[in-house]
Amino acid sequence: MKRYTHDQIAARVAADIPDGAYVNLGIGLPTRVANHLPRDREIVLHTENGLLGMGPAPPPGHEDPDVINAGKQPVTALPGASYFHHADSFAMMRGGHLDICVLGAFQVSARGDLANWHTGAPDAIPAVGGAMDLALGAKQVFVMMEHLTKDGRSKIVAALDYPVTALRCVSRIYTDLAVVDVTQGGLVVVDRVDGLAHAELERLTGVPLAAAR
Amino acid sequence: MIDKTVPSLEAAVAGIRDGATVMIGGFGTAGMPVELIDALIATGARGLTIVNNNAGNADAGVAALIREKRVRRIVCSFPRQTDSWHFDRAWRAGELELELVPQGNLAERIRAAGAGIGAFYTPTGFGTRLAEGKETRVIDGRDYVLEHPIRADFALVKALRGDRWGNLVYRKTARNFGPIMAMAAECTIAQVDEVVALGDLDPEAIVTPGIFVRRVVAVPPRATQPAGTAAAARAT
Repeated sequence: MKRYTHDQIAARVAADIPDGAYVNLGIGLPTRVANHLPRDREIVLHTENGLLGMGPAPPPGHEDPDVINAGKQPVTALPGASYFHHADSFAMMRGGHLDICVLGAFQVSARGDLANWHTGAPDAIPAVGGAMDLALGAKQVFVMMEHLTKDGRSKIVAALDYPVTALRCVSRIYTDLAVVDVTQGGLVVVDRVDGLAHAELERLTGVPLAAAR
Repeated sequence: MIDKTVPSLEAAVAGIRDGATVMIGGFGTAGMPVELIDALIATGARGLTIVNNNAGNADAGVAALIREKRVRRIVCSFPRQTDSWHFDRAWRAGELELELVPQGNLAERIRAAGAGIGAFYTPTGFGTRLAEGKETRVIDGRDYVLEHPIRADFALVKALRGDRWGNLVYRKTARNFGPIMAMAAECTIAQVDEVVALGDLDPEAIVTPGIFVRRVVAVPPRATQPAGTAAAARAT
């Protein structure tokens, strides 16, 4: 079966981000979206540790330990960038000022519930960071993830069995097999990899999927 | 005359007793007041409640405080990191309590304390295990969780420059929790790269007005960065 690569998924997400958008890219897979943002659009990246107008990693030797992203990696500040404290940074999210958050996930439910902060393993040291805030923190929440687990189970599920990050928060899911919208009426396939029939995608996913109009 | 500057790190942390609640600024090591933490360790104070975004990186700062078994309880959002080995060991050994708080709720609870808010409803965390047992309410059709302020006896923050009135400016993303922690503690202690003359800080650019700060101590930046950050020269 043909699958989109991680970079192809990232490019697909980037193509959906409009000019002028304020965007937060979560840690992990979503970070790659930055490499694919169309050059003819002005898109302002937010990092929740306190920077709007985040630029790419600096060249080696030019790192500044006081200019980092949420993953604590060195980044740069573009012309027009601003710094702010944590309460303001999360007000930008919670207050609905950001346009788009792109997040990774363990699972997304058919009604848009998100699980991405905890595997549920009882001996795991918990850590939540900004996950719960980010999931509610934008007008649209995009999830980027593999469609299936390593043992072939769908990560799009009827109901979460991982611990909840936030309820009914996901707008659109981008996977290596398809792009799926979460709507009031259920999941709707926007597009899918070449050669994958809708019925086969629905069988692999295990929850009802409406075909793209 | 007001002069909040103190001559030494020892004087800066004087009075922090066993069992105190201490907020410590920083996101990872950006903005972490490592020298103030070292001075706190030197006081011998134990049984501390620490409020920080993380639970220590590598061997310096908050990590050292945990390694030296000074921490009874930690309130943070993201303890587990690749270099949080002192926390990991202490937590697995049952030596400290953890209150895990979503990062934005942590920030807002700190801000609320400084702003005199009794409690507030936030959507973050609703329906999750981190909101279990908390009051909830539907407002305009949206679900919210009631969260309470986090206050502290002391706050240790790092800023770029300060003056004798306690006015502060920060450096880049090292600002993070500094301004809100400075508001939320009974006694806020700022370490600054440089103390400047009153009037030298542009009033339009002051981030933390001096009313929120009790003590200021100059700690000139070191040539090398603490462990746990990318090896890097400080930009000039």
